[in-house]
Amino acid sequence: MPEIKVTPLGAGQDVGRSCILVSIGGKNIMLDCGMHMGYNDDRRFPDFSYITQNGRLTDFLDCLIISHFHLDHCGALPYMSEMVGYDGPIYMTHPTKAICPILLEDFRKITVDKKGETNFFTSQMIKDCMKKVIPLNLHQTVQVDDELEIKAYYAGHVLGAAMVHIKVGSESVVYTGDYNMTPDRHLGAAWIDKCRPDILISESTYATTIRDSKRCRERDFLKKVHESIERGGKVLIPVFALGRAQELCILLETFWERMNLKAPIYFSTGLTEKANHYYKLFITWTNQKIRKTFVQRNMFEFKHIKAFDRSYADNPGPMVVFATPGMLHAGQSLQIFKKWAGNEKNMVIMPGYCVQGTIGHKILNGQRKLEMEGRATLDVKLQVEYMSFSAHADAKGIMQLIRMAEPRNMLLVHGEAVKMEFLKGKIEQEFSIDCYMPANGETTTVTTNPSVPVDISLNLLKREMALGGPLPDPKKPRTMHGTLIMKENSLKLVSSEQALKELGLNEHQLRFTCHVQLQDPHSDADTLHRIYTHLKSVLKGYTIQHLPDGTVIVESIVIKVSSSAEDSNTKVLLLSWSYQDEDLGSFLSSLLKKGLPSGIC
Amino acid sequence: MAAHLKKRVYEEFSKVVQIPHEETPAKKLRLSKPSKSAALHIDLCKATNSTDALQYLLQFARKPVEAESVEGVVRILLEHYYKETDNSVRLKIASLLGLLSKTQGFSPDCIVDDAINTLSNEKSHQVLAQLLETLLVIGTQLPESPALRLRLVEVAYKHLSDTYFGVRNKCLQLLGCLGMVDAPLGKENEGAGLRDVQSIISDYFGDQDPRVRTAALKAMLQLHERGMKIHQIIYDQACRLLTDDYEQVRSAAVQMVWVLSQLYPESIVPIPSSNEEIRLVDDAFGKISHMVSDGSWMVRVQAAKTLGSMLQVSPHFLEQTLDKKLMSDLRRKRTAHERAKELFASGEFSSGRKWADDAPKEKLDTNTVNLIASGACGAFVHGLEDEMFEVRIAAVEALCQLARSSPSFAEKCLDFLVDMFNDEIEEVRLQSIHVLREISTHITLREDQLDTVLAVLEDSSRDIREALHELLCYTNVSTKECIQLALLELLKNLNKYPTDRNSVWKCLKFLGSRHPTLVLPLVPELLSTHPYFDTPEPDMDDPAYIAVLVLVFNAAKSCPTMPALFSDHTFRHYAYLRDSLSHLVPPLRLPGRKQVYGLDSVDSGPGSGSVESAQLFLQQSLNRVSTIQNLEAPGAQDLLDLTTRDLLRLGELQTELAGAADFCATYLRCQLLLMKALQEKLWNMAVPLCLKQNVTATAAAQQILEETYKLEFLYSGLESRQVATIHHVRLQAKALQLVLTARTRQGLDLLIGSCEKFLQDVESFQRLFLTELPHLQDSFVDKLLELMPRLSSCKPVELVKILQTTLRQSGLLQLRLPEQIHRATATIIEPTGESDNPLRFTSGLVVALDIDATLEHVQDPQNTVKVQVLYPDGQSHVIHPKPGDFRKPGPHRHRLITQVYLSHTAWTEPSQIEVRLLLAYSSSSTSLTSPSKLGWSESLESLPPAEAAVEGTIPFSKAVKVFIMPKPARR
Repeated sequence: MPEIKVTPLGAGQDVGRSCILVSIGGKNIMLDCGMHMGYNDDRRFPDFSYITQNGRLTDFLDCLIISHFHLDHCGALPYMSEMVGYDGPIYMTHPTKAICPILLEDFRKITVDKKGETNFFTSQMIKDCMKKVIPLNLHQTVQVDDELEIKAYYAGHVLGAAMVHIKVGSESVVYTGDYNMTPDRHLGAAWIDKCRPDILISESTYATTIRDSKRCRERDFLKKVHESIERGGKVLIPVFALGRAQELCILLETFWERMNLKAPIYFSTGLTEKANHYYKLFITWTNQKIRKTFVQRNMFEFKHIKAFDRSYADNPGPMVVFATPGMLHAGQSLQIFKKWAGNEKNMVIMPGYCVQGTIGHKILNGQRKLEMEGRATLDVKLQVEYMSFSAHADAKGIMQLIRMAEPRNMLLVHGEAVKMEFLKGKIEQEFSIDCYMPANGETTTVTTNPSVPVDISLNLLKREMALGGPLPDPKKPRTMHGTLIMKENSLKLVSSEQALKELGLNEHQLRFTCHVQLQDPHSDADTLHRIYTHLKSVLKGYTIQHLPDGTVIVESIVIKVSSSAEDSNTKVLLLSWSYQDEDLGSFLSSLLKKGLPSGIC
Repeated sequence: MAAHLKKRVYEEFSKVVQIPHEETPAKKLRLSKPSKSAALHIDLCKATNSTDALQYLLQFARKPVEAESVEGVVRILLEHYYKETDNSVRLKIASLLGLLSKTQGFSPDCIVDDAINTLSNEKSHQVLAQLLETLLVIGTQLPESPALRLRLVEVAYKHLSDTYFGVRNKCLQLLGCLGMVDAPLGKENEGAGLRDVQSIISDYFGDQDPRVRTAALKAMLQLHERGMKIHQIIYDQACRLLTDDYEQVRSAAVQMVWVLSQLYPESIVPIPSSNEEIRLVDDAFGKISHMVSDGSWMVRVQAAKTLGSMLQVSPHFLEQTLDKKLMSDLRRKRTAHERAKELFASGEFSSGRKWADDAPKEKLDTNTVNLIASGACGAFVHGLEDEMFEVRIAAVEALCQLARSSPSFAEKCLDFLVDMFNDEIEEVRLQSIHVLREISTHITLREDQLDTVLAVLEDSSRDIREALHELLCYTNVSTKECIQLALLELLKNLNKYPTDRNSVWKCLKFLGSRHPTLVLPLVPELLSTHPYFDTPEPDMDDPAYIAVLVLVFNAAKSCPTMPALFSDHTFRHYAYLRDSLSHLVPPLRLPGRKQVYGLDSVDSGPGSGSVESAQLFLQQSLNRVSTIQNLEAPGAQDLLDLTTRDLLRLGELQTELAGAADFCATYLRCQLLLMKALQEKLWNMAVPLCLKQNVTATAAAQQILEETYKLEFLYSGLESRQVATIHHVRLQAKALQLVLTARTRQGLDLLIGSCEKFLQDVESFQRLFLTELPHLQDSFVDKLLELMPRLSSCKPVELVKILQTTLRQSGLLQLRLPEQIHRATATIIEPTGESDNPLRFTSGLVVALDIDATLEHVQDPQNTVKVQVLYPDGQSHVIHPKPGDFRKPGPHRHRLITQVYLSHTAWTEPSQIEVRLLLAYSSSSTSLTSPSKLGWSESLESLPPAEAAVEGTIPFSKAVKVFIMPKPARR
C-alpha cells in the first residue's frame, strides 16, 4: 500500500522552529523552515542532518514551502539554502516574499551586530536565498514537476499567510501553517474547500482554548484608550513590528475617524514603515472592508497615525504611541515606558503574551516597583492593561477547518503536547478519524488507498451502456466484462476481442464440463425431455431449446444424457458451459444434482 | 407546404396594406411590418450557410412582432427548423419560438403540437434543452389548460432520463412550474408512468450533477410556492443535501429544509445515534444553524436569513444560538459579557481590569467540552463575527425577528447587538442600532450596557448618531444613574456636534416622558437649584440648558410633584419654551398659572371632531363658490376674495387639511385674477387708452400661469380630474395672453405664430384629457372645442375675437377635491440664519455650506429638489444635490443633508446670501402625458412629441439668509 510519511524536524509537540518533512508519492517536501526563539545555540535551527549527514539537500528535497513570514516559520531559510545548501524551488506567497527578507535582515542584524555572533548567514545570503523563491498566488495550482502540484489557500493570521494543498496523483496533504478562523480588522478568515486530503497537518497553538468574541475585546481596548485620552493621559502600546501592530493601527485609526478624535497617534519608525508599505500594496490579501474601500482610500494610508520621534514623548497632552518591542524588554518601548510610568493618568496596554523575566511580564503580574539597571527603582503608577489579540485559530476554529476540509487523517503540530492530547481526543471522537501528534524527529506513517485511474475504451462503455438501464446510477456499482491491459505506465480497459487483437493472440474457448448422476428410471430421451420441461418451469426468461440431436441447450450450456454402464436407472448428465456462463452453469449443475421432481411427465 | 406558407404570408401582406388607407396617415409605418415575416422567410431562404442564417435570425430577434403575424412567423421558423442541420441555428430558432409565444395577445396553444413534435426528432442536447424552455414559456402562458399541462408534464417525464444535465434541468423546471398541484386521483389510471410529481423530483436529489440537484430542489420549492403540500419524507433527503459539496445545492437545501420546518413544525423526528426525539422545527433550526458556519458565504447568508423566520422554535434551542462556552487551557472561562454583568451586580463600576482577572477558574472536565457545536449552539455568535458583512447583516436581522417574538431571547441577545455597534462597516452598525430600537420594548438596559450604547454617540456619522437618538427615545433604563449618564453623553454630543440639536432635544423629550420617576430625584441637580441660595439664572439660549429643560418638563408632565422643585426662572423659561418649542415642551399643570393652563386646554382641545368640521367648512366654502355662474356676477369677486382668505386661515389652523385648503385657495385666486383681468370696462376701451390695464392684465395672466404650475407640481395626491382643471385654467390664461398680444402688438406674423401655438395647446389638452371632457361641460374649453373646426380655419383676428367672447362668457369651473392632497413643503433646519458671524473665506476659493432640510410630500426628491443660492448682486446658482444626500426617515418624508459650495469675488463687507430649495418640474415628466401605456410598437416612434416640455422651478421653502464674507486673497 502506498504511504505518506510525515516527520516534524521542529514544531512537533512544540511551538517554534516549524519544519516538517513530508514524503508523498515518492516526493519529499519540506514545509516551513523556521527558527526557535528560545535558543541561541544550534538548537535554534532544525536539524537538517536528519535528511542527509553531509552534502547538499537539493538531491533529497523536491521543494520547500514557506507558509508565512514569521521567523519561527522562515527564520532558518538562508541557513538552510545557503549554508547547508539547497538549490531547489522555494515557494511562498507574494507578500511573504516581500516581507520575509526584511525580517530576516533584522534578525541577522540583531544576532550578528548586537550579539556579535559569528558563523551566521550574511545579507548576501539572504538575497541569494530569496532569488530561489518562486511566488505563489492564492488558489493557483503550481506544478512543481510532472506529478507534484501545490495550491495555496488563504489562512488569515498575518498578511500573506497561506495554507498549502500538496498533491501527488490522488494522494494529498494539506499544511495549514498558522491560521485564524475569525476575521480581524485587517485580515479575513481562513478558508479551504472540501479537498478531502489524506492528511491535514494543522497547527494547534490554542488547542484547549475557546475564545470570546473579538468584538468584546476590541470594544474593551478602544474604551480604555478612549477614556485615557479623554483624561488627558498618554497611552503606550508595545508591539512587535508586524501583524498585530497593523491590526491595532487600523482599529485605532478607524475609531479616531469615527469618533472624530484629535489626539495624535504615533508609530515608532524603522522596520514598520517598510512593512506598512507592503500592507498598502497587498490589498487583495486583506479583509472585505479594506478590499472594498481601498478605491476611495487605502486603509493603510493612515490619516491619524504619524511617525514617532524620540522628542515627542515629552510633549504635553494626550497621545497614543505604538512602540517596539512588544515585551518592554529593550529599545524604544522601554524608554517611553520609563518616561511615562510615573503618571497615573497614563496607561500601557500589552497586546500580547510576555515572556517571563521581561518587564512586560513583571508589570502584568502587578509588580509596582521595578528595579532598573544600576540601583535605580521605578515606581509604576500608570495603569497596566492586558489585551489579547492573538491570530491563531482556537479549538473551535480548528474543528471548523477540519469540517471544511474533511481530511481522512489529522496531524497536529505547533502546540504543546498536553493540549494536543486533548484536541486529539476530541477530533477522534467527533470525526472518527485518526489523529497523530508526532514529536520532533518522530515519523508518522499513514497508508493511503489511492484510486487508480483506468482508461476505458468508448466502444466497451457504449456496449455496456446498451446492455443496462438508460442511465448509470452513481450509487450502484455495476459489473462489466473487459480486459485490463497494463502497458507503459498506463492502464486500459478494453473489450476482450480488442485486447486479443492488440496482443496478437488467438481466442481460446474455455468450457467447463461436469457429470451429474441422476436416478431416473426413464429412457434417455424421456429423461432429457423431463429435464427440458423441468428447466423450462424453473428458468423463466431464458432460451431453452430441445434439439433433435439429443441435447438441451440453455443459452450456451449443453446438456446431454447417457445411461451409465452398470445401472440403466442411473443416468449420467453431461453439462458443459463456457466460462462466461459460469453463474448459470453452476446453478444448473446444483439444480440437477438435486434430482428431478417427480411430478414431471 | 412552403408554397402554401408563402401564399399565406403574402395574403397577410396584402391584407394589411389596405389598413393604412382606412386609418390615419400617422400609422403609415405599419406598412413595413407584416412584411417582416415574409422578409424573414426570404432571408432564411437566401442564407447559404448557417452563419448567415444565424445573423438573420439575430437581426430579426431585435425587432418586435405584433400579435397577428406571430403565427405566420412561427410557421416559417418551424419550416426552417426542420430543414436546418446546424445546431446553433436550431437553438436560436427554438429560443425565438419561446420569445414569440410571449407576445401579448398571441395564444401559443396552436404551436404546442409542433414544439412537442420537434422534441421527438431532436438529437442535440442543447437544442433539446432550449425547446423544453420554450415549452415552459408556453405552459406558463396558458395556465388555464390542464390538458396541455398534462401533456407537457409527460414530455418532461420522458426526457428526465436524458444524459445532458441541461435537459434534465429544464425537465425538472417544467415539472416544478407545471406539475399538478392538486394530485389528481383519476389521472393515475391513465398511465402507471404518471407517478407523483414529488417523488419523481425527489429522485433527482441524488443526481450526479450538482446543477440537476439544485434544479430538483428549486422545482420542489416551486411546487411549494404553487401551493402543493410537500411530503414530510422529503425532509430527510433535503437534510442530506445540506452537506453537499456544492454551494448552490446547499443553499437550495437550506430553503427546502426551512419550507418543511414551516409545514410540519410539530412533527417528531428522531435524533440519530440516540433514542431521543425532537420536534421537526427544532431539528431543522439546529441544522440550519449549523450552516451559519458553512464554507460558502452565500450559504451562510441564506442560513442566517432563514433562521430569523423560524419563530416556532423552542426557546431552549433559541437560546443556544447565543451560547459559546469559553475555555482557556481547559479551564472554564467567563465571557466578557458575563464578567460585565457580574461586575455590575457586585456594585463595582470601575472597569480598570487587571492582568489575568479573566483568568480561568474552574477546571473543566475534558469530556463535557463540546467543540463541535451540536445543533444551534453559538450560531449567532458565529454569524455576528463573520468575515462578510452581508452575513453579519443577515444575522442581525434574524436576531431582530426572533427577538421580537421572544422577550427572553431579546434580553439575551442584547449584549451581542450592543457589540455590533462597534462593527467596522457602518451599514452593520446602523442596522444593529435599528434592530435594537425595534426590540427595545422588550428590554431594559443595564448601566454598563447603556454605557456602551452611549459611547457611539460620539460617532462622526450623522446617520449613526440620529439612529442612536431614535433608539434612546424608545429605550427603557433601570436607574437614575442611567438617566444622568444618558443626559451627560447627550450633552457631550450636543457640544461636539451642535447640528444634532433638534435630534438631541427630541430624544430627551422621550427620555423624560418615559422615566418621570427616575428624573424626579435628579431635578435639583439638573436645574442646579439650592435649598438656601439662589443660583444664577442660566442662559436661555444655551442649547444644553434647553436640553435639560426639555427633559425635566417632559418628566414633569406625568409627575405632578416635580414643579414644586422649580425655581422662578424655570417657570419663566417654561413659558418661553412652551411658546417657542411647543413641539418639545408639553403643557404642564402648573400651580397658579391658570392662564397658561387655560390656553393649553384650548390647544389640546380640538380632536378628531374638529377635523371633520373643518372638512365640512371647506366643502361648504367650495359649494358656495360654485354658485357663481358667471364671472361677471356682482359680488362674485368679493365672495372669491373672502373664501380664499377663509381657506388660507383654515389651512393654518388645521394642519391635516392644509394641503387641500391651500390648493383650493390657490385655485380660487387664479379664478379671481382671471376675473379681474376680464373686467368689462377694460375691454370696451380703445387699445391706446388702456395701456395700464393691459399691463395689469398681462401680469395677471403671467401670474396665473405660474400658479397653475404650482398647483400641478407642488401638490401630491392629485387625480387626473384636478389636473384637467388646472390645465384648463392654464389654457384660459394662455387665451388671455393671446388676446392681450393681439391688442398690443401689431406684428401679424407673431400673432399667427402664437395663434397656432394656442391651437396646438387646445389640441393637446383634448388629447390628454379625453376622459375628463364630460366633466368640463359648459366650460371655456368645451365651448372652444365646439368651435374648433371654425377656429382652425379662421384668421387670427377672428380667432382672437372668438376667444375674447368665449373667455368672458365661460363659467367658473367647479373644483372637486380629491381624497388626500398634500402640499410639498421644505424646511431648512441648517443653516438657521441666526448667526451673526459671517462665514469668511478667500475670494475665488470655495466654502462649503452645510444644508440640512426636511422635505415633506415630495415625490422623487432625488430628481426634483434643488438648492438655490442667491447672492446680493442678484447672481443665483442652482445646485443639484447628489442622490445620496437624500435619506428617507419616514413615509412621505425625506431629509436632505448636503453641502453647497459658495464662491464669490471679494466683498468689502460681509453680506447675506439667500439659500432656498426649489422644486424643479417639467411638464413632460408628468405621468399624464402618456395616460395609457402604449405597448412597445414602432408606431410610438412616429408620434409627434406630446408637447414642448415646459420646465421650471418652484421655490418651496422659506429662504434662509447666510452671512458670508469673501475676503480678498492676500498676496
